[in-house]
Amino acid sequence: MSRTHINCTINGDETDFLSESGGSLLNALRDDVGLMGVKEGCGTGDCGACSVLMDDRITCACLIFAPEVEGRTIVTIEGLANADELHPLQQCFLEGAALQCGICTPGFLLAAKALLDKNPDPTETEVRYALAGNLCRCTGYDKIIRAVLDAAEGIRASATSGDAA
Amino acid sequence: MDYLAPITIEEAVGALASTSDSRVFAGATDLIPQIRSGRPEPGLLVDLKRIDRLTAVTEGDTSWTIGAAAPTSGLTENIAFSRQFPGLSEAAGLIGSDQIQNRSSLGGNLCNASPAADSVPAMIVNGARAIIATPDGTRTITVDQVATAPGHTSLEPGEFIVEFEVDKPPARTGDAYLRMTPRTEMDIAVVGAGARITLDADGNCTEARIALGAVAPTVRRVTDAEAALIGHPITDDTLSAVAAAASAACDPIDDKRGTIAYRKQVAGVLAKRVVKLAAERAAGTATENGAH
Repeated sequence: MSRTHINCTINGDETDFLSESGGSLLNALRDDVGLMGVKEGCGTGDCGACSVLMDDRITCACLIFAPEVEGRTIVTIEGLANADELHPLQQCFLEGAALQCGICTPGFLLAAKALLDKNPDPTETEVRYALAGNLCRCTGYDKIIRAVLDAAEGIRASATSGDAA
Repeated sequence: MDYLAPITIEEAVGALASTSDSRVFAGATDLIPQIRSGRPEPGLLVDLKRIDRLTAVTEGDTSWTIGAAAPTSGLTENIAFSRQFPGLSEAAGLIGSDQIQNRSSLGGNLCNASPAADSVPAMIVNGARAIIATPDGTRTITVDQVATAPGHTSLEPGEFIVEFEVDKPPARTGDAYLRMTPRTEMDIAVVGAGARITLDADGNCTEARIALGAVAPTVRRVTDAEAALIGHPITDDTLSAVAAAASAACDPIDDKRGTIAYRKQVAGVLAKRVVKLAAERAAGTATENGAH
């Protein structure tokens, strides 16, 4: 199996690594870059546990060949918080108990971020559709949906107060 | 597996000619699961997404050109395209989750050659053409000539689809695509139905195209249903004739998603609804979306 030298930006840092040319981005991130926040669920694009942002678009890392990310910008769950300050989505997931085992959580958070970046004031239905590609087997969806709506409200409120200041 | 990302069509054609064990891909949303489920790995993966023409979506004076590897999210988010082709836009938007939408493409959906591919009936009723790169230049065929059987296409080894051309619809024309799935998202069509309807000023149908997915080895045009509409207004009687013709045109299989009898029944119901929605769009009276 040939290995390829790949350059890309991961969580704001220019990164280069060697990876199997026919391997997935999921395996590259975990095994070659050491970012364990990206999880493998189904490995076939159904569960969303491996969701990452590629050039600001939500994608399944299991369905991307590692060399495809040459020159691209990747954000994983490790890049969501601002240093020690959790992203509002992370804070609302914690406060709303929107997770149990946590395997699906990184994917949900990044899919929710992709939604809120595009649509800061989504309806519950829009949140449910935007998260249809993410499966949770323990908490269930209700708390997750509520946490995303709460986070959206919080982000909008702080944006408004920021404008006023 | 080796990986190559050519930036020109000529380079891609050359790479494919260099080995018989190569495979082009766009979003890989079908390719990777197929490899994981045990299909043989190709020796050379040829990624088409770095070729500008393959990912461009361009509005011309009389037609649109859609790169075969352009992500379907780029179509659903394109307001001008979605206004002119609501049915095709909605069909493309039904392919998987947002994660999949950012990778899935019309070229991949067509060349994977699933009978249930959502975008294919919608492309066929809009008369879409496929521009195919070959070692000797390009050739153009209509989209209904691409898939020949489940998993098989008429493309020769070394060929790939560069882009689709679809003419802008004439006046008083509407398209629509509806599918039946047990779930609202993340599912594969039990039956899919696409229609494009043109009405005259009096509301009589002057042109009709109806195509069904998941009810035969390839997407099926229902010419009997189309003929039942021509020259007539869209009434309960003409819609009943459409439903009967659609059910009769089916040649489905029994599988976990539906029985033969169920698929035939649903094909009739969906054909009726999709014609009605397309006609409402043609008349400018549509109030509902086909999808969500």
